[in-house]
Amino acid sequence: MTNEPVSDQVILLDHGSGGLASQQLIGELFLKYLDNPILRGLEDSAVVDNRPGRLAFTTDSYVVDPIFFPGGDIGKLAVHGTINDLAMRGAEPICLSLGLILEEGLPLTDLETIISSISEACKQSGVPIVTGDTKVVPRGKADKIFINTSGVGIVPETISLSSRQAAVGDKVILSGTMGDHGITIMTRRAGIALQGNLQSDTMPLHRLVARLLAEFPGSVHTLRDPTRGGVATSLNEIAAASGLSIQLDEKSLPVRPEVRAACEILGLEALYLANEGKLLAVVAPEPAPALLSLLKATPEGQDAAIIGTVVAGTAGRVVINTPIGGSRVVSPLHGEPLPRIC
Amino acid sequence: MRHVDEYRDQALIEPLIAELHRSVQKPVRLMEVCGTHTMAIFRSGIRSILPAGMEIVSGPGCPVCVTSAAHMDAFIDLADRDAVRLAIFGDLFRVPGSRGSLAHASSRGAKIDVVYSSMDALDIARNHPDDLVVFLGVGFETTTPGIAATILAAHRQRIDNFCVFSTHKVIPGPLDVLMQDPELRINGLLCPGHVSAIIGAGAYQPFVDRYRLACVVAGFEPADLLNGLIRLARQIAQDRPAVDNIYTRVVSWEGNRRARELVDTVFEPADMEWRGLGPIPGSGLKIKQAYHHYDAEQRLEIVIPDVPEAKGCICGQILKGQTTPPRCPLFGKRCTPAHPIGPCMVSSEGTCAAFFKYGADT
Amino acid sequence: MRVEQVEGSPDDFTSEQLATVNMDGISRKVRLDVVDRWPEVGDYVIVHAGFAIHSLVEEEAKRNIELIRELASHMPEELLRSDNGS
Repeated sequence: MTNEPVSDQVILLDHGSGGLASQQLIGELFLKYLDNPILRGLEDSAVVDNRPGRLAFTTDSYVVDPIFFPGGDIGKLAVHGTINDLAMRGAEPICLSLGLILEEGLPLTDLETIISSISEACKQSGVPIVTGDTKVVPRGKADKIFINTSGVGIVPETISLSSRQAAVGDKVILSGTMGDHGITIMTRRAGIALQGNLQSDTMPLHRLVARLLAEFPGSVHTLRDPTRGGVATSLNEIAAASGLSIQLDEKSLPVRPEVRAACEILGLEALYLANEGKLLAVVAPEPAPALLSLLKATPEGQDAAIIGTVVAGTAGRVVINTPIGGSRVVSPLHGEPLPRIC
Repeated sequence: MRHVDEYRDQALIEPLIAELHRSVQKPVRLMEVCGTHTMAIFRSGIRSILPAGMEIVSGPGCPVCVTSAAHMDAFIDLADRDAVRLAIFGDLFRVPGSRGSLAHASSRGAKIDVVYSSMDALDIARNHPDDLVVFLGVGFETTTPGIAATILAAHRQRIDNFCVFSTHKVIPGPLDVLMQDPELRINGLLCPGHVSAIIGAGAYQPFVDRYRLACVVAGFEPADLLNGLIRLARQIAQDRPAVDNIYTRVVSWEGNRRARELVDTVFEPADMEWRGLGPIPGSGLKIKQAYHHYDAEQRLEIVIPDVPEAKGCICGQILKGQTTPPRCPLFGKRCTPAHPIGPCMVSSEGTCAAFFKYGADT
Repeated sequence: MRVEQVEGSPDDFTSEQLATVNMDGISRKVRLDVVDRWPEVGDYVIVHAGFAIHSLVEEEAKRNIELIRELASHMPEELLRSDNGS
């Protein structure tokens, strides 16, 4: 874009001006990685062919710090997160928008790495970016890069998933280990120097969901992806929406030993840590074991487990049975988890 | 080998629970002194399986909870000063003073870093030579040796832009004050695990001698806790109070002399204000004159304001074990972890937060 | 946490007194400034806010669990004999 070597180039306010520098950024970076017939038109809005079913529409903003972490980066997260939000309603994701807010001074190589990662995530999940926008703000007014992705998907007429549909006797299935993303991000921040094999679980779940819904029609009542607030908070939301209680079995909760160790060191609970590639499924009791077997045979769900049951009882309450045979309430998350003193 | 899994073994736990039920022959009222015990007892679900005659109340062992509102206000005033960068333990961030919290100060632009260790604060000082990094010192005997070591390291490495605001406290003094309260009617103490690693199990002998209190030093795993409760119940049933140390893998009779020597090098006893308990002579630690350069109160001429406790909040009584959170008129209504009024609700180790989080009805 | 590496020496306070410790594949550096007994590789340490406050050898940990096992199998004589001061 200039004569400087790419490694020295940084984002300038000009890149968001709408002028020549913006056009260069779009042409030489965004289209290079994200090209498809709809985006290529660079029109004011994307026009996408319609198909039968109902429209699912979602949006999410990504401000994760650090922007690069083991297992992924902010770009990959922005693609997977929005795809998963669509999938949790049983929608087939069709396309995404990409809104970038860049801080002046962001190294161009960092931006290129992120755009390349977005491209790879889109290709692997088969969901294109069809429209986008870029703004640049003065240094200090944003933290390196913020990303918003919106997504639309199509929900077949036969499918209806919501937290309200959890029913007494239903089994609660978690598709894999808890807390991998949350603990990875936390241990990458300054001041918490933990080393070890921790990595984000970020991955798209729409194909897994499509299989579940196709092979067990009518059996899946609720799907949620337990992102911020973790499994504990998502289950509280399901319990509240359905007006029922959920009983968990602590021993059955899948947690990787490394995540459990890091949680013990920092005084945190994996139940409250974010996941970016996991789903909670509330399913009818009879097909639950077969559904679990299917999950465990997939790469996304190999560590899946039945973690609890929906029961009648105080509306909105989640109770966990502890390994010693006692019980306690699991409340939703209040405030961001911070490491404790002791 | 991991030294925790054995302590959670079901085959070990079941007979312990049965034994606990057998051991309670008359009503007993116990106090767990330490905030980490409060959390561990809730998390393991032990409260839900206690025998009918056994009551456990929480003591003053959550360091953030016993930090006075006046000190919190002084912390917040400090955060608002230019060229000051605070380094804090995460628990302090949302603790309310009389006018907002450090979280509010942060939203106004105050520079506040959450650190895991006081040594991390030294790194921050090194990386921000233009700021004066003030570490907010809260904590008991377990924390203070590390703070002393940090001050000595700063001195050795000639790190000039670092100091500590010490509101550090010691445990035995206020316990003594509490035990003199005739209304409290405590039969036994579940003595803290890690504080005792420093002060030694022998530090509780005066409580046996003076108040005929059963004292058991225990660890934090379910088997440790159940074992501790069984031994307390037995001592009380047999009316043979003694200091019983069942956490010998960590705690000795004399404690960690090396750590105490470090503390004595840097700190000296001072009068200290405790939230809920008021001022207790000699229950705090201030930085010795020889290290005054690292004493934020002297260096920044900090004046501790006169601040009343929040209206209607009964954290004081809760910290003294006189009542339980559900009996507070604010609990779960105006005072929740999202909008805490008292310190016991904001710290993850606080009794109110534990009751709210793990079930007010268990 | 299990000690994997020790840096510095117990007598030299001007050295960096550090240990690398590990639990289930998670490792970190901890300070040894206040530890009661200088640990060796293979020992265990109790860590508080980045500082090792106590070091122990495996036998000590095993002895505690044995005492609890005895309690669980309720052998009354053993139980009444407290092990304080040891």
